[in-house]
Amino acid sequence: MLDTGLVLYSAAFGLILIGIAGIVLSAHLVRIIFGVALLEAGANLLLLLATWREGASAPIIVAGRVPEFMADPVPQALVLTAIVIGVGILALALSLALRVQRAYGTLDMHEVRQRMEQEIADQAGIDMPASSHAPAAVQAARQEGSA
Amino acid sequence: MRRLSSALFLLGLGLLIAAIFKGMEFGTVAPIAGQLINSAAAEQVGAANFVTSVVLGYRGFDTLLELTILFTAATAGGLVLGKRAPNAKRDPDAGFILQAGADLLFPLLVVVGVYIILHGHLTPGGGFQGGVILASAFFIPMLARPGTPMSHTAVSTIEGLAGACFIFIGLLAMFDGEAFLTPLMDKGELGALLSAGSLPLLYLAVGLKVGSELAGLLAHLSESEAVD
Repeated sequence: MLDTGLVLYSAAFGLILIGIAGIVLSAHLVRIIFGVALLEAGANLLLLLATWREGASAPIIVAGRVPEFMADPVPQALVLTAIVIGVGILALALSLALRVQRAYGTLDMHEVRQRMEQEIADQAGIDMPASSHAPAAVQAARQEGSA
Repeated sequence: MRRLSSALFLLGLGLLIAAIFKGMEFGTVAPIAGQLINSAAAEQVGAANFVTSVVLGYRGFDTLLELTILFTAATAGGLVLGKRAPNAKRDPDAGFILQAGADLLFPLLVVVGVYIILHGHLTPGGGFQGGVILASAFFIPMLARPGTPMSHTAVSTIEGLAGACFIFIGLLAMFDGEAFLTPLMDKGELGALLSAGSLPLLYLAVGLKVGSELAGLLAHLSESEAVD
């Protein structure tokens, strides 16, 4: 039989890794935000598991019966508030993404970054900054874009 | 290329975390603070749910600060989304099924939300969980009828009053010469609805605050003008 603790720890570990993968690998803003949400879920699970013991019951007295072995209430209380704050952060991030979509018409990070650089260069009246090692075709396209 | 380097970074990070995990002793650590709280909370705070004792009794000040974080997030969300143009087009009302479903669900969700808030010191649940259910109760009608928006003034009034109540109950303890947010009043019988002193009142304030804050934030998000 599989060890319950091992399964739970792998789940927390996996959620954290999937979240980070979403943040670094995807270019779409909403996917990045969902990556943050997954990372948060993994961190919460890890926090709960920090004092996890096999066979512990919930730290609640039901009908006057005190359970023999209760789980630690401290990380549970921490995670309880962390989840609500996570929702607030998610909503704030989504509203920022909404503004980006309204300003640039896209949620693709590469495109947004390109447009922002272009805007800054246009305002300052300079050429788009480009690496001197960039292929000639890219440089020509960038100059054409700023002209 | 960028994807490859990101994947390599992930692999390295995974190995690092795995190495840290391997050296830790999981499932065997004695939860010293937790055991102390589990043996003393019923006497000291009088709530049958020890998680509530921790959230509102032992670290009530932290909960106040966490409510502040939520408030900041909600305010910032409103600030970022900005005020809606007065002549902006609203979405049409939803179909019959969603409207009837929203009408049916609204009273049910309000009752469940209030129940969970008021039983926070006895059963799993409390102000945060019940507050989210309350928020969804007020958000579903908004989805069904976008033409009749929610009053933001009412929501922010409830939110402000609930926050002020939380701080006021905390200050009352100081008048008695105790520390800020010390549980007040008679502890009552363990497990009864009217027990644990001022904790149910504090959780009611938390629930109303969380509920109105989230409802306001969701309303802001859903009311922001759509882009073509």
